[in-house]
Amino acid sequence: MAGIVGYGAYVPCYRIKAEDIARQWGGDPGAVKRGLLLEEKTVPGLDEDTITISVQATRYALQRAGISPAEIGAAYIGSESHPYAVKPSGTVLIDALGIGPEVHVADYEFACKAGTEAMFVAWSHVQAGHMKYALGIGADTSQGAPGDALEYTASAGGAAFIMGKENVAAEILETYSFTTDTADFWRKEHEYYPQHAGRFTGEPAYFRHIEGAGRGILEKSGRKPEDFAYVVFHMPNGKFPLRAGKLLGFRKEQIEEGWLVNIMGNTYSGSSPTGLAAILDVAKPGDLIFMVSFGSGAGSDAFIFQATKRLPEIQSKAPGIRAILGENRRYLDYGQYAKYRRKIIFNSPV
Amino acid sequence: MKSPQYTREIPQRYRLEAQKCKQCGKIHFPPRLICDACQSRDFEDVHLAGKGRVLTWTVIHVAPAKFDLEAPYVIAIVEMEEGVRLTCQVVDCNPEELALNAPVEMVFRRIQEDGQADIIQYGHKAVLQRE
Ligand SMILES: [Zn+2]
Repeated sequence: MAGIVGYGAYVPCYRIKAEDIARQWGGDPGAVKRGLLLEEKTVPGLDEDTITISVQATRYALQRAGISPAEIGAAYIGSESHPYAVKPSGTVLIDALGIGPEVHVADYEFACKAGTEAMFVAWSHVQAGHMKYALGIGADTSQGAPGDALEYTASAGGAAFIMGKENVAAEILETYSFTTDTADFWRKEHEYYPQHAGRFTGEPAYFRHIEGAGRGILEKSGRKPEDFAYVVFHMPNGKFPLRAGKLLGFRKEQIEEGWLVNIMGNTYSGSSPTGLAAILDVAKPGDLIFMVSFGSGAGSDAFIFQATKRLPEIQSKAPGIRAILGENRRYLDYGQYAKYRRKIIFNSPV
Repeated sequence: MKSPQYTREIPQRYRLEAQKCKQCGKIHFPPRLICDACQSRDFEDVHLAGKGRVLTWTVIHVAPAKFDLEAPYVIAIVEMEEGVRLTCQVVDCNPEELALNAPVEMVFRRIQEDGQADIIQYGHKAVLQRE
């Protein structure tokens, strides 16, 4: 059965604390931290973007898979922060890693769900027997408008998954998608920051789609919440995934391992995929893993994975994501953060 | 940089592709027409593994305009495990953390843009190995 043969996740080393953002805008640091369950978030270096994050995550995935990059038949990056409006991200990635030129490349977009879309299509190709290996990535360096609630959470990072049928480390047992037209969050061309519909992003958007996809895949697979060792949801803040878990009948202990949002923020297309990477870093053979992403607009992709006996053999072949999150953290104050995220107007040629 | 030149240099900038002299074994980066050790013209392609050590470095405080935001930053001469030397930035560190022979790893990053509307030029920089 097809599944993940190699995985890797990466976040930049820069951080800003939620309390420093709150202070900048006259907010109550304690209330913000409690409200979002968020300590700090990652910030991309001045020389990092969705492409460089994708390359690093895929290098780790290749180290774990132990395959030749030339054997990868498709490479998909899901992101809402592709560096170019016109020119693919995936072409830089494949040439940086020695994939192709015999390769199918596409960039995906669906707000925060683009990463699991890329994973879904990559898996489908392999499952259908069209190619030996396919690569699906979710990565973002998203921006929230200054002073907006999203500024506390919008962060940078990503995860890459190589799908195949041989030497599988985590089989994909089931998939399910739940999609409707729901305008909870959007950004038009030439607009720098996204718009969102405030509280409307909760019940009718995030919870409705996560619940729809979650219940759908449980029914389709005939499994119950207690069958799973680990669960990961899209993590726009600390609270939402915990509540989504409760709604679907999961315990907090099943969610904790993949719940990175308190120290990482919301990496958008990279959010649930990076949480999945954290779970794969520790899961044991036979463990069932439940995953539901969410993308505004809106939709959710659900997956059921089962770890194989190969997983422990590849876990230590690349750095684990919690280790990456823990080492070399470099804190920025709000002024430095505004520079790093180019939130202030510079004279050209910068 | 014009995009045709950038595209031509992709094997070196993106993948650290080097050349090994088939006659004397010397590795050249970037590739050259004639081996400077034995004058052979017979080479095979090799990839640099991306690990090396810092030979020397300097800290740029007054940067060219397009690197303004990054100053102060470190430029180092790095000797790769394969013996070749290259000049690159060392990032994600304070200049005080640099040391002679410090082990580094090459990472894929944005190098520069010739203005907001121009192509983004990607390539390799070094980061200190921390384990
Ligand atoms: Zn020679």
